[in-house]
Amino acid sequence: MTDTPEPKPFEPVMIGFTCNWCSYRAADMAGTARMKYAPNVRLIRLMCSGRLDPTFVFKAFAGGADGVLVSGCHPGDCHYINQNYKAMRRFHLMQRVLTQMGIEPGRLKLLWASAAEGAIFAREITKFVEEVRALGPLNWNKSADEIPAAVQAEEVQA
Amino acid sequence: MEKKEKIGVYVCHCGTNIAGIVNVGEVSAWAADKLKDQGVVIARDYKFMCSSLGQELIQKDIKEQGLTRVVVAACSPHLHERTFRNACKGGGLNPYLCELVSIREQDSWVHTDKVAATEKAKAIISGGVSRVIHQVPLEPLLVPIHPDTLVVGGGIAGIQAALEIADAGFHVYLVEREPTIGGHMAQFDKTFPTLDCSACILTPKMVDAGNHPNITLLTYSEVEKVDGYVGNFTVTIRKRARGIVEADCTGCGICWEKCPKKVLDNVFEAGMGNRKAVYVPFPQAVPKYPVIDRVNCTYYIKGTCKACEKFCPTNAIDFDQEDEILNVQVGNVILATGYDTFDAHRITQYGYGRLANVYTSLEFERLCNAAGPTGGNIVLRDGKTPPKVVGIVHCVGSRDKNYNEYCSSICCMQSLKFAHLVRERTGAEVYNFYIDIRAAAKGYEEFYHRLLDEGTHFIRGKVAEISDAVRLPSEEGKLIIQVEDTLTGNQLRVPVDMAILSTGLEPRRDSKAVAKLFGISCSADGWLIERHPKLDPVATVTEGIYIAGCVQGPKDIPASVAQGAAAAARILGKIQQKEVALEPVRATVHEEQCSGCRICNNVCPFNAILFHEDTMVSEVNPALCQGCGTCVAACPAGAISGTGFSNEQILSQIDGLLFLNIPKKEAMAA
Repeated sequence: MTDTPEPKPFEPVMIGFTCNWCSYRAADMAGTARMKYAPNVRLIRLMCSGRLDPTFVFKAFAGGADGVLVSGCHPGDCHYINQNYKAMRRFHLMQRVLTQMGIEPGRLKLLWASAAEGAIFAREITKFVEEVRALGPLNWNKSADEIPAAVQAEEVQA
Repeated sequence: MEKKEKIGVYVCHCGTNIAGIVNVGEVSAWAADKLKDQGVVIARDYKFMCSSLGQELIQKDIKEQGLTRVVVAACSPHLHERTFRNACKGGGLNPYLCELVSIREQDSWVHTDKVAATEKAKAIISGGVSRVIHQVPLEPLLVPIHPDTLVVGGGIAGIQAALEIADAGFHVYLVEREPTIGGHMAQFDKTFPTLDCSACILTPKMVDAGNHPNITLLTYSEVEKVDGYVGNFTVTIRKRARGIVEADCTGCGICWEKCPKKVLDNVFEAGMGNRKAVYVPFPQAVPKYPVIDRVNCTYYIKGTCKACEKFCPTNAIDFDQEDEILNVQVGNVILATGYDTFDAHRITQYGYGRLANVYTSLEFERLCNAAGPTGGNIVLRDGKTPPKVVGIVHCVGSRDKNYNEYCSSICCMQSLKFAHLVRERTGAEVYNFYIDIRAAAKGYEEFYHRLLDEGTHFIRGKVAEISDAVRLPSEEGKLIIQVEDTLTGNQLRVPVDMAILSTGLEPRRDSKAVAKLFGISCSADGWLIERHPKLDPVATVTEGIYIAGCVQGPKDIPASVAQGAAAAARILGKIQQKEVALEPVRATVHEEQCSGCRICNNVCPFNAILFHEDTMVSEVNPALCQGCGTCVAACPAGAISGTGFSNEQILSQIDGLLFLNIPKKEAMAA
């Protein structure tokens, strides 16, 4: 043991949105099977990923979350027929908005997980935590100049 | 703050399931201290919150401390939400003011770092407390249940379900796509492991279903549309034109005797035999009325013939009959639409369709069936030579990453049954090529040992190829099965006369369409998904829709019968209650905020939102709304609120999870 303690590694705080039928049950399944994954993501249960109001995601980032996970049933398997497609559209929209705000789009992840895919759920969460850890703490001070030119150009096109 | 809620927090140890990783004492002390400002007046931890003592603890606090909200930190809400809601109800609190947050499935069971897990538990509880404040008392929606039931699929599972409900005195509509009920079981010769004659145990049940005063049998019919919700479904059924007036037909059989047109029967006889253009699939068919196959009937092709009409003694033939559309009201639905068998053509190296004497399991069932095309004589395709050596290939299309990863569960036993029948009837040598023998049910392992004693050969290995490429004189005229015996490590070439592919079970080709029609979900494979794989195997996530038999996954006859009866029992219980309580998780439109843009009308997958042209506002029909909340998120005016999952609840929960609700921790919110 050295006298100067090593600086603690950055532990991202993350929020995850799950739907009631597939991805929350995938989390349950991961638990029942005692699969281990990173403890950084705190889940919120919605009835459907279609319920995800983009406000929730922005609120989470504004409140200090370093990453946000959006998860739902696989395309075609939605309990509410096709509402996860709406979540998918909103996801792409949100990524674009986040980019424009200077937040790395990699901090928002979309994950499809069926109720039987606890292993995938656990694995993807650990992977996502590492991705966000690599990005570092969410830096709100980034000025507009720092946004890559390519992204700005894309904004004009849109 | 206006009226402050009094919140009780209860942290469960779940024995050591939670307490082994999460420091529950620390968590409850933390909640009592840090969440005081949120309204937490009491926080306790207890060994087993779900026990009667744990529940009494909550009820006592509700009464003595005047709690207005309860947060239980324990297992998944899918396990015990109802338990704790009922406990609160017993204590005099509206059950929907109780929030169960999961610190077991989502925390203690999936993390190993005790400090991190304890911190996460605090965050989860903090989120739950922030959320529960905005919860509002709700009352379940009560809707009456129509006492009639629809059973889709007339195989053994559907027949059993229909009989159980009908015997209990309630009406059943049994819909079957084929001209007769009976399903796959009617095609089999024997059932494993008892070697009962399949038809002998099935046909009495078919007759019972056909004659039962409480069963309306709709064969040669398909469900086209399903509207409504639990207790009140309106189902549109297309009853296809048989070309036979059922009221006049006596089932005498003269029409198919006189019909000059022979057609290869790909359905019931699995392509092994013929039928006529007017036919019943098999003599014991229920109902007894035949069907005119309009694709193959000479009259429909050339405009002449009418032999059946000429000879029919009761004038029951009606060439101009049209499809009938029926609308029926039912309260509940059982889906028992069964399975398809794996198409063996897909594994080209097994030569099915190319090598004459390679059979599928269904073909062999017909071949060895006493009522089948050969009268039960096991012979090669030439129709006369009995085989001297037979190879049975297990796991065809199952347990194979290229086709289906799952085990079809019945093929081992089916293969053993075939092996027994071949040896009994022809005395041939039989080789079973298996990966593992899975004989896991009552009497199955014993049957396997009986086969071992009978001298059947078992070779452990997945068959690589079946070919007619001869290398040795002794292989002349034989099929060569190439396999590695994985117990000895030797490559074998086994010459056989007949190869039987024990094809696996697959979901019906249209199972995804069926799932969509009835608003339930199916797995990536296509099997319909049950509500809970262990504790609720016949219900689905859609209230009022139940599943039974192989539609849920591969299973044998006893399990299908058990599921049919189980689904019936569940429905009878519902019918007896006369009304059903629906979860009050619903969307509501606030009229004064609605701009009438109709965006919500289009996003709703259940057409639950109707637009009032006169007042120019939308309204949600609470009985049709399933509570997904998409409209809530989509409404640009914020005029729709989602009960149980309101914006306030979720936004507060985000605050709670990030500890923004705790004044001292502002630092964390940088």
